[in-house]
Amino acid sequence: MTVKEIFETMDYGPAPEAAGDALAWIVGQGAQFGHFINGAFTDPAPGFDSKNPATGEVLATLSQATQADVDAAVKAARTAQPKWASAGGHARARVLYAIARLLQKHSRLFAVLETLDNGKPIREARDIDVPLAQRHFYYHAGMAQLMEAELPDREALGVCGQIIPWNFPLLMLAWKIAPALAMGNTVVLKPAEYTSLTALLFADICRQAGVPKGVVNIVTGDGAVGEMIVTADVDKIAFTGSTAVGRRIRQATAGTGKALTLELGGKSPYIVFDDADLDSAVEGLVDAIWFNQGQVCCAASRLLVHEPVADAFYAKLRTRMDKLRIGDPLDKSIDVGAVVDPVQLDTITQMVNDNTAGVTYQAQTPLPAEGCYYPPTLITGLNTADTLMQEEIFGPVLVSTTFRTPTEAVELANNTRYGLAATLWTENVNLALDVAPKLAAGVVWVNATNLFDAAAGFGGVRESGFGREGGWEGLMAYTKPTGTTKPLKPIPAFTGHDTPTDPLDRTAKLYIGGKQARPDGGYSRNVYGKNGALLGQTSLANRKDLRNAVEAAAAVKGWAKTTGHLRAQILYYIAENLSARADEFAARLNAMQGGRSGEKEVAASIQRLFTYAAWADKYDGAAKGVPLRGVALAMHEPVGIIGALCPDTAPLLGLISCMAPAIAMGNRVILAASQPFPLAAADVYQVLDTSDVPPGVVNILTGDHADLAPHMAKHLNIDAVWSFSGSDLSATIEHAAAGNLKRTWVNNGQARDWMGAEGEGRSFLAAATEVKTVWIPYGE
Amino acid sequence: MHNVSTDTAAHAPSQLPQVTEPRNPGQPLDMDWVRRVQANTSAIERRCATLPGRRSIKKDHQAAWLLKAVSLIDLTTLSGDDTERRVQRLCAKARQPVRAEMLEALGLPDLTTGAVCVYHEMIPAALRALDGTGIPVAAVSTGFPAGLSPFALRLQEIQQSVALGAEEIDIVISRRHVLEGNWQALYDEMAQMRAACGDAHIKAILATGELGTLRNVARASLVCMMAGADFIKTSTGKESVNATLPVSLVMIRAIRDFYDHTGHRVGYKPAGGISKAKDALVYLSLIKEELGDRWLQPDLFRFGASSLLGDIERQLEHHLTGAYSAGYRHAIG
Repeated sequence: MTVKEIFETMDYGPAPEAAGDALAWIVGQGAQFGHFINGAFTDPAPGFDSKNPATGEVLATLSQATQADVDAAVKAARTAQPKWASAGGHARARVLYAIARLLQKHSRLFAVLETLDNGKPIREARDIDVPLAQRHFYYHAGMAQLMEAELPDREALGVCGQIIPWNFPLLMLAWKIAPALAMGNTVVLKPAEYTSLTALLFADICRQAGVPKGVVNIVTGDGAVGEMIVTADVDKIAFTGSTAVGRRIRQATAGTGKALTLELGGKSPYIVFDDADLDSAVEGLVDAIWFNQGQVCCAASRLLVHEPVADAFYAKLRTRMDKLRIGDPLDKSIDVGAVVDPVQLDTITQMVNDNTAGVTYQAQTPLPAEGCYYPPTLITGLNTADTLMQEEIFGPVLVSTTFRTPTEAVELANNTRYGLAATLWTENVNLALDVAPKLAAGVVWVNATNLFDAAAGFGGVRESGFGREGGWEGLMAYTKPTGTTKPLKPIPAFTGHDTPTDPLDRTAKLYIGGKQARPDGGYSRNVYGKNGALLGQTSLANRKDLRNAVEAAAAVKGWAKTTGHLRAQILYYIAENLSARADEFAARLNAMQGGRSGEKEVAASIQRLFTYAAWADKYDGAAKGVPLRGVALAMHEPVGIIGALCPDTAPLLGLISCMAPAIAMGNRVILAASQPFPLAAADVYQVLDTSDVPPGVVNILTGDHADLAPHMAKHLNIDAVWSFSGSDLSATIEHAAAGNLKRTWVNNGQARDWMGAEGEGRSFLAAATEVKTVWIPYGE
Repeated sequence: MHNVSTDTAAHAPSQLPQVTEPRNPGQPLDMDWVRRVQANTSAIERRCATLPGRRSIKKDHQAAWLLKAVSLIDLTTLSGDDTERRVQRLCAKARQPVRAEMLEALGLPDLTTGAVCVYHEMIPAALRALDGTGIPVAAVSTGFPAGLSPFALRLQEIQQSVALGAEEIDIVISRRHVLEGNWQALYDEMAQMRAACGDAHIKAILATGELGTLRNVARASLVCMMAGADFIKTSTGKESVNATLPVSLVMIRAIRDFYDHTGHRVGYKPAGGISKAKDALVYLSLIKEELGDRWLQPDLFRFGASSLLGDIERQLEHHLTGAYSAGYRHAIG
């Protein structure tokens, strides 16, 4: 075309980013890569091709790690870890800072290599992925520097196995490696097989940054290598990827004591209210669902539009879709690049083709003839029952329905198994701040979407996984409390043959929905004192009693919205009423356990209630210093319904230690009382009855922990399970928890000193809350 | 559709809206619509901040786009010390905006700017200097730049400028009507000015730097279009803040909505502060993305600029020679 012709058409023309330097780097490495283990690359071994999805060209061949490779990587990490941790925060800060600087110096090389390997538009790799990766290392250099002063009670977990996806190869690497290294851990990381090249370039710069050998190890390969890492001698697994694989990892690590964080799939809602700036909300969708071809775990893939503006909004959206430019990801004027792999393209195509509901619109914009491309797609008029409203597509496909009221918008938004992110658009600050806390999501964006920063936590609820990445909360996933633990000794119930001393029936029932309920199964068990005296009978709860307790808890949703002040008042009231009956409780504890510690345990229980009454209105969130005119609020929200297997020791104090933090933070609980010493719990019913605790907020079951645990962990309406049981049920619970990927907090057979400092405090509060990050950009 | 033609007489009217588009007749003031308008500042700023990274125009395409920008410039002098000779020099530049051999090499030998923009007193000088070129003369009017002279005098000023031969009138609105929320007053003022223009085209200068919020910019844009503006324009060039990308985005989205509702295309003119070739490319891509290619023609888009042309000339010479250029190699306007 001549200049004169272009003057007429005003086309953009090609604006290719040169790939020469990136290709030269690949060639310079021999176009064959081994693994990065103990500070050096291994010799290339048989493996697989890494292709450019935009063209199908082979970029390099990569090695498929063997068990021996994974073992060598873990061993190198294990050997390096103590020295890396003891080097101190400042030494680690210097290394992380050096990595950040090198990422910056080679930013274009990383960006081009990422685009070649993944197919994402160069604009995104250059302006989003790489700068955010740098930011993560800068931020966590600071965290390493501050660790000793600010986290004196935390220490590194040890060796972390990290498995990352193909949609943000370098960025996910940064999210995983930066906090791990900052806290003194060493890592074995496996990038996705499709997209390993930037991880290998990162390995290259680790050597220049002075990362000690063995601190960062990178092994390549497919899911089989991931499985090897999961079962290897590591202290933690961090995984980002599909919910199906996350579930398998949950099962595989169950009971091993390995820490686990999972960042999984999503079907995130994008809510447009009728008073929104509709043009800006349309533009937001470009960044929400057509960013990275929609292959984003937090992609806003479910559009919910207020009925009064729905037609106008859809019309604007379709017009905007036609303006999207799809094509060569290395072109600087491309909005939508290539889908990562032909397999993924087939999946997307199949899902859309199988759908017969609603009205499908595809962007009227040319697609390249060759390569993995899928047109931006909008499907309107769907209903919640339609498959595409529920299933994650992981492609540039947006599905939509309408709503009538804010209440209905929340209901539709939360009608999903997932809970990663949510977006809402309104100019009404009241509406925004009312709706944001009601959305079941780890991240909420108000009048914006897909904002990320190292200072702001990111992660999900429900089947989107657990754990947060970024911010102070993200460090919890890479540290543990300092100190050593002791194995828990099982405490068998006492036996005896005596008939009751008190002729009056003393069978303790269950406490469900504020009422004493007979056990469904109709079984009870004698409870004997140390001296063999029959102290009473206790009901044996079964799965139906558990079901009833969860129903009762689910019915009292409003508890989560009560004020911290009110919950504090109720906790004080419980303490007051317990105090009034201190002697009776002390006598009961002494009778059950023998000895004379009852009085002390009651006093400690009262004190613990005071502690959490104090915390109820003081476990503050934070306003994060994100680089934006606006604020990212880290809000502490209750987890929901928590099932807790209370410790066998300290039958009153243990129960109170689980109940109080949970209800102080606004959760509802189902407590399984001490198995050998259940009668103290039964006495607590009366205290609760007289302390204004709303029925259903606290439910107490007695019986065999081993019977209750699997049902508790499997129950899909329980959001978290804690186990401090004397029976080691950790494996059972964690395995069954894979069903709805609920959070678990189990003792792994280790004892806890309930009378001491580790029996209360921030670790309980953290387990009782979710951190929700609410991004609110502002400005008029 | 563009202002390049060897037949200047036949070509002349194509720069004016009525040739290819029916003029916007206006419509009654629709307060429901005006009140419904929203403008989320931070989202608008994000769109503008990321746009330059999303669209990149290189090589021949860049040269063609820069030439397009030249064809869209209202070459302007609005100074207290303007004289006939000064205006003559400006008009000569409008007729030959880029060195002849460069235009020849680029294949657009007859390129001119979109118009020349002067004060009322300079209209005759400009008309004489542009005689036979078809380049229209635009006059700023209505007590420019503050727009606070007596209303009757402001209307008379329009009429006198039109009588002298100005084909385009750039009026300034009363900012106080916006700031006081008196949309009816703004509508009435605009409608009367439009009537005073007769067949001359009216560009409504909103002085966006003095309207306080983007929402006010959006509402004022709509009200002026309802009252019959042919163009809406950001600024006089005399406010402390003139054309910006966020303001432009808000105004062109208002134009888009107005077109969707009424079928009438209203033109857009950012003025003041656009002095770099690179900025001009970003503006053109913003228009292309948000309004569409139809608006990339002089009957619907103008740059109000004086120093922009010089930078474009230097970039074009670099395109032709591969050597970075110097300002003194190009005739000043």
